[in-house]
Amino acid sequence: MATSVAAKVSGPAGINAGRAVRRYGWTVAVYVLFATLMVATLIVKPDFGAFEWNTLTLAALPLAFAAAAQTMVVLSGGIDLSVGPLMALANVLALRATVGHDLRYSVGVALLVLLEVTLAGALNGAIIVLTRVPDIVVTLAMSFVWAGLALLVLAKPTPGIPLDFQNLAQGSTFSPWVPNALLLLLVIPLVWIPLRRSRAGLAIYAVGSDRNAAFRSGVNLGLSRVLAYAVGGFFAACGGLALSMTTGVGSPLAGTYYTLSGVSAIVLGGVSLAGGRGGMLGPLAAAYILSLIPAVLIYLGIDPNYGQMIQGVLIVIVVMIGGIGTVLRRA
Amino acid sequence: MVRLVQQRSIVVLIALLVALAGLIEVIRPGAVNANWVSNILEFAAPLGILAAGQTLVVITSGIDLSVANVATASAYIMASQAPFGVTRGIIAGLLVGIVVGLVNGVGVAVFRVQPLIMTLAMGLVVTGTLNVYSQASVRSVPGVPDVIHTLGSGTVLGYVPVSLFLWALLAAVLIVGLRGTGFGRLLYALGDNPEATRLAGVRGWQVLLANYTACGLLSAVAGIVLAGTVNAADLSLANVLLLPSVAAVVIGGTSIFGGSGSYAGTIVGALILTVLNSVLTLLDVADAVKQVLYGAIIVLLAAAYTRVLGRE
Repeated sequence: MATSVAAKVSGPAGINAGRAVRRYGWTVAVYVLFATLMVATLIVKPDFGAFEWNTLTLAALPLAFAAAAQTMVVLSGGIDLSVGPLMALANVLALRATVGHDLRYSVGVALLVLLEVTLAGALNGAIIVLTRVPDIVVTLAMSFVWAGLALLVLAKPTPGIPLDFQNLAQGSTFSPWVPNALLLLLVIPLVWIPLRRSRAGLAIYAVGSDRNAAFRSGVNLGLSRVLAYAVGGFFAACGGLALSMTTGVGSPLAGTYYTLSGVSAIVLGGVSLAGGRGGMLGPLAAAYILSLIPAVLIYLGIDPNYGQMIQGVLIVIVVMIGGIGTVLRRA
Repeated sequence: MVRLVQQRSIVVLIALLVALAGLIEVIRPGAVNANWVSNILEFAAPLGILAAGQTLVVITSGIDLSVANVATASAYIMASQAPFGVTRGIIAGLLVGIVVGLVNGVGVAVFRVQPLIMTLAMGLVVTGTLNVYSQASVRSVPGVPDVIHTLGSGTVLGYVPVSLFLWALLAAVLIVGLRGTGFGRLLYALGDNPEATRLAGVRGWQVLLANYTACGLLSAVAGIVLAGTVNAADLSLANVLLLPSVAAVVIGGTSIFGGSGSYAGTIVGALILTVLNSVLTLLDVADAVKQVLYGAIIVLLAAAYTRVLGRE
């Protein structure tokens, strides 16, 4: 039974052109949009150099992880409105434990924080599965719990992340055009590709696209959903640590922005909120697009306050175009 | 017994409400008096009105995550326009709600965008626009006009909040409207089975469009009342009410998947959440702990509710 699902998802690709367009068209379009925006940036700011590129990668790093976290959960048919507070929790835990310590100690702490927040994500999933309360209600309520815990760990924004630890993201070890903040994104494919190719990853897609069919194919629904939330928690923890590294500050409210922006990024990146459809490539480009917009506004000399507005309008337009597509196909 | 509970879930909710009030009386004897009740009603009114819009949308199996942003924007624009005339201010504030609701409705009903993402994005647009507006046009945080202050925090005969009259009026319209009018029944039908509703000859998009607009309008009213209650209209006025607006609906027994529920339940849900806040305030713990408990208790309530009533 499970093999038929496997054949559907990972069968031979590239033979059927129509199917390839359906599957990869959106992702390609997102990358084209990103490239266009980059070209526009170069026109607006001809001296866009390695420094500006580095700044962009730093700004995009936490958002990319937030988007990855949300992608995991949404693929399994859920939604996690506590991604931002989970990031904040990781961020303040990292600050409390690393302040005044060396790099080795900090990395050890970081690993522990990853574990803790992964468990927090798993707890979100477990509550949803065990209580059968809808995802959106549980994660919205849990966002208060995680945000409250973050406030308990650290009452107000405090600097003090060790410099060596910050440099893991802020420097560019290999080439000025390959900043460390770009390399850190490799964590996502390192976790995602093996997962996607495994039975568990396939089960997550199956649960997200049709829960009944997945159940009848022998997929353990509860376990798959908890796994999706746990991996989501892991990526949220990465995002929180990314915040620590890029800002050097622990802030209990730092994550607030990333819940909504993460959802924006995955929608722009072609992940269906209905679950089971989409991948990681689209959301990553979308995170860069959403980080580039405020930068372009600053280069243009426009009030960055317009950023949020433009982000919202962009998403409305994108989802409406997607909506027209659906309506036309039905007609 | 179980059947009785399932059919009369509102009785259980009211019992819970009474139990919470009893808890307060135990923690601090004498705290539950006419004054306390008056306070609870005063603070529950804006939430109850905000959750009214949310109830309408959730019944059609949608969700509106822009209600809090709309309420904040409406209150701010009402207050900043009030110096040119209070009526003008109120109309401007209500217009914000109608316009945003209309756009939400167009997105959801005509373009078939998922309600969650449509309203989320519109929330961003509203907040972003409000920030730009506040910097461009207003020198300081605008004051709340006296009429609105009276509406939000005045009392009649010493104890009855003025906002309760507005809330009761809206509640009567909603409860009767949802139960007794064709439009109300169509909301349940659309939430329960949109395909069957379409086959029955209903133009679903018109119903949804009207529904999201009504939700926007109710959010605007809630924002204006709230501005009167706290006597201020800043840029994050109602943002804390997003979770409670959804929680009140869910605790009140409206299924998040649509098709069932009532505004009467939501009213009790809003009261429970307000009393819960009062309990947490009495416990005299740090705000952070309060926040954790608040979130955890909402999960517990929703879980107990789902379990007892066997609903999802």
